[in-house]
Amino acid sequence: MAREDGCLITTTDAASEALRPDTRSGRRRLSLAWLGTVPFFAYALLFLFLPAGQILIGAFKSKTGGWTGHNLNLLVHKPYITYYETSIKISLLTAIAGCILGFFIAFAAIRDGTPRWIRGIITTFSGVAANFGGIPLAFAFISTIGNIGIVTKFLHDHLGWDIYSTHFPIFGNFTLFSAFGVGIVYMYFQIPLMILVIAPAIDGLRREWREAASNLGANSWQFWRHVGMPVLLPPLLGATILLFGNAFAAYATAYSLTAGSVGVVPIQIGYLYSGNVLDDPHLAQALAFGMFVVLFVMMAIYVPLQRRSARWMR
Amino acid sequence: MRRHISPSAAIWLLLAAAYFIIPLIATLLFSLNQQQTGKCCSVHAYGTILHDGAFWSNLKTSFLLALETIAIGLGLFVPTIYLVHLKVPKLRAVLAFLALIPFVIPPIVMVVGLLSFYKGSPSWFYAQPWGFLATAYVILAFPYMFFSLDAGFRSIDIHTLTEASQSLGASWITTLVKVILPNIRAACLAASFLTLAIVMGEFTIASLAAFHTFPIYIQSINESEAYPAAAVTLMSFGITWAAMLSLLVIGRKRGARGAVIAGVR
Amino acid sequence: MAFLELQNLHRDFGTNKALDGIEIALGEGEFLSLLGPSGCGKTTALRLVAGFDRPDEGRIVVDGRDVTRVSPNKRDMGMVFQAYSLFPNMTARQNVAFGLRIRGQRRDERDKRVLELLDLVGLSHAVDRYPHQLSGGMQQRVALARALAIQPRVLLLDEPLSALDAKVRVQLREEIRRIQLELGITTLYVTHDQEEALSVSDHVAVMYRGRIEQMGSPAEMYSAPATPFVAEFIGTMNRLEGTVVDGGVEHGGKTLQIEAARQRPRGDRVLVLIRPETVEVDRANGASASPNTLIGDVVTQTFLGPVTRLKIVGTGVDVIADVPTQKALGLPVGTRVTAALPAEGVRLLDLKEDLPQIAEEPAPAGP
Repeated sequence: MAREDGCLITTTDAASEALRPDTRSGRRRLSLAWLGTVPFFAYALLFLFLPAGQILIGAFKSKTGGWTGHNLNLLVHKPYITYYETSIKISLLTAIAGCILGFFIAFAAIRDGTPRWIRGIITTFSGVAANFGGIPLAFAFISTIGNIGIVTKFLHDHLGWDIYSTHFPIFGNFTLFSAFGVGIVYMYFQIPLMILVIAPAIDGLRREWREAASNLGANSWQFWRHVGMPVLLPPLLGATILLFGNAFAAYATAYSLTAGSVGVVPIQIGYLYSGNVLDDPHLAQALAFGMFVVLFVMMAIYVPLQRRSARWMR
Repeated sequence: MRRHISPSAAIWLLLAAAYFIIPLIATLLFSLNQQQTGKCCSVHAYGTILHDGAFWSNLKTSFLLALETIAIGLGLFVPTIYLVHLKVPKLRAVLAFLALIPFVIPPIVMVVGLLSFYKGSPSWFYAQPWGFLATAYVILAFPYMFFSLDAGFRSIDIHTLTEASQSLGASWITTLVKVILPNIRAACLAASFLTLAIVMGEFTIASLAAFHTFPIYIQSINESEAYPAAAVTLMSFGITWAAMLSLLVIGRKRGARGAVIAGVR
Repeated sequence: MAFLELQNLHRDFGTNKALDGIEIALGEGEFLSLLGPSGCGKTTALRLVAGFDRPDEGRIVVDGRDVTRVSPNKRDMGMVFQAYSLFPNMTARQNVAFGLRIRGQRRDERDKRVLELLDLVGLSHAVDRYPHQLSGGMQQRVALARALAIQPRVLLLDEPLSALDAKVRVQLREEIRRIQLELGITTLYVTHDQEEALSVSDHVAVMYRGRIEQMGSPAEMYSAPATPFVAEFIGTMNRLEGTVVDGGVEHGGKTLQIEAARQRPRGDRVLVLIRPETVEVDRANGASASPNTLIGDVVTQTFLGPVTRLKIVGTGVDVIADVPTQKALGLPVGTRVTAALPAEGVRLLDLKEDLPQIAEEPAPAGP
């Protein structure tokens, strides 16, 4: 018996040795493998890190070549600070609105009772709509609720409602070509992005929780209050942050809608490049640097949040 | 268990349908407006676009750019991700981290950096879309390509496949091309279609760097002629839709999953 | 007076008849297991009782009250699900307290009761852990405590042990039974594991294709199966097809003396059911066949722990016999043996139609 045991051990040992990744004799092989990743990292260095570094450094330089905090100082004063404020305001509002609306639509598509095919359509369409931004989207809305848009005319001719002379609370008079209008258009890709991101989290809400809660006496509200919302809160927050970043970085849509007149930071950067000669590259870099800081802070909140929400879903 | 759709769910879905479909319908109607009267119906706008030489040249430029980006991207990322999965698994975390970078460095920020850094570079690179734009687009497409390819590599047992291939005498190149690639075909296709959608819709970098791509063309039409603008807008939507549907079909066939979210803003 | 009644329950999913006229009457404090293969309708029945689904026809009555139309959160029943039912954002303590919180019970009373229950299920040391920090078995204990916290009138369990390891399963099922007896709660238990059902229940109802094939005590179900399906599903059975002749049953060229055959008309096609442990096996040693003793060779031996299952093949007759393992060591494969079949206490069933195959998976009963 003992001898058989001994043989068994040797066999398993040998087998596991063969399967274990090479550590000692493989050291040379390992360095070759590292070498294989060089093209990729070289590419990233050349076309991502160095240009990014250029922004970092250039933001602190002046036209004459010396170090200065002047450009960054400009950023915290008008008019530039207003641009950041506008950017943040639009991004925040469309992120929150996108979160709420996107959640309700996603939930409506996924919940019990809704036919399966509806979910498929919503997901597919969201995939397309999340990509359908920028220039074409802007014009689609111009065709719809622009000055001579189809819906504008319809509302005016058939319902006697001139939306362009309507005063909305908080947002003021309606016009597509303003921060308000831009926000409405942004929803076209914010909501689908939200749907795509939150759908897996909604799926993760196990039916057993709902049923157990009901079985224990809870009604719908109580379930959402005690179980549903607490579980969904981290993914919802994470998704909102994602939407914020998405809107904050958007350029093409605002550009096309307002011919570059709405005061958000990306547009301002674009302005600096609209002439043939770039007047002050360092200002552009400072503005870009400012954007980077905002987005970095956003990411710093997002990543740990993601990790936390994943933990509960196990 | 509900047997019928909840009324509140129905309302939300109807409202969503309205918000998302009406602009498309409106654009369609707008594009069919006659030039003189501003009312329905004529395909004049489509004719104008299709007869415009600039339309075809810009479309071609964007399309070729997309192909170039896909080629460089796959050529660069597939071997790298393969190598990482096979030999250097610790680097995968680094790659995944890098894939988050575009959220912190969006196109508008990236283009500022690229334009200043490469200011003095030779014109065959700096002044050509095939040089400057393509290299930027590869970086832009990286996160989406990474997630698709990474998922593809994770779904097959590359260790076993590689070892089997090598034990039968194949070289690295042969293994990569004849054994690995066919097995991640779905992931590669998914990555390609995503990249296609991104490149065909990218405006920011092309605009600030003053190149003539399809979205640039659309914007110029937007600024000049209203009804043809609607026509070309719908065509652009159709292209995105086709790319995404292809993605869906591939995904259904091989179960390849990847990030479906590319940001064209 | 029955405490829990299921009266003529019907439930269809499209063309699939998941429940086809289920009738159950369970007394207070009794433990009934619904036993059957996947798709037989047992979970559907349980969910109807819980209120997560509505029957197409029929009623559910609890303590005289018709609850068929009552929503699940008002039925005052406790349910333990198969898995994943603990709220992930709450500790064990908070999970168990949930039902009491909903009912508005005061904090101090609540806390006391929660600790009592967690102690009852043996988890006093883990009250502040989250579900993902608990093993499968521990999670199910918390789920049980949670269901019992609200002092339900009926306790429902939907295959609570299926997702657990074998050893944990045995341990936990005994505890569930112990607690159930201690608290005297009327319990409805769904499982596909016949050993589980037989070991803990007062009554067992075997279900197949939406109907109850047989309902009775575990002993009845085991020794006196009423249909071929039940005979096949519960324990292992020798099933010998034969024809009734004078004083017995003719099978495979042999006439077996079976007491029960006397009451049947000659020529009837029947199924003879003989439990493997009732077959006496010994070395043949040159003995010759007699009425209920076959001569055959041991073809396979299957070690089952305390008992070894022998397959014995004779001329025209095959039987399975369970013998104590010690004895089986002396009867290796190839040995010529005698297998003595009992004459009394052997059941005969009508062989009207084809025997249902247990291995085949019927269509799942609905979403």
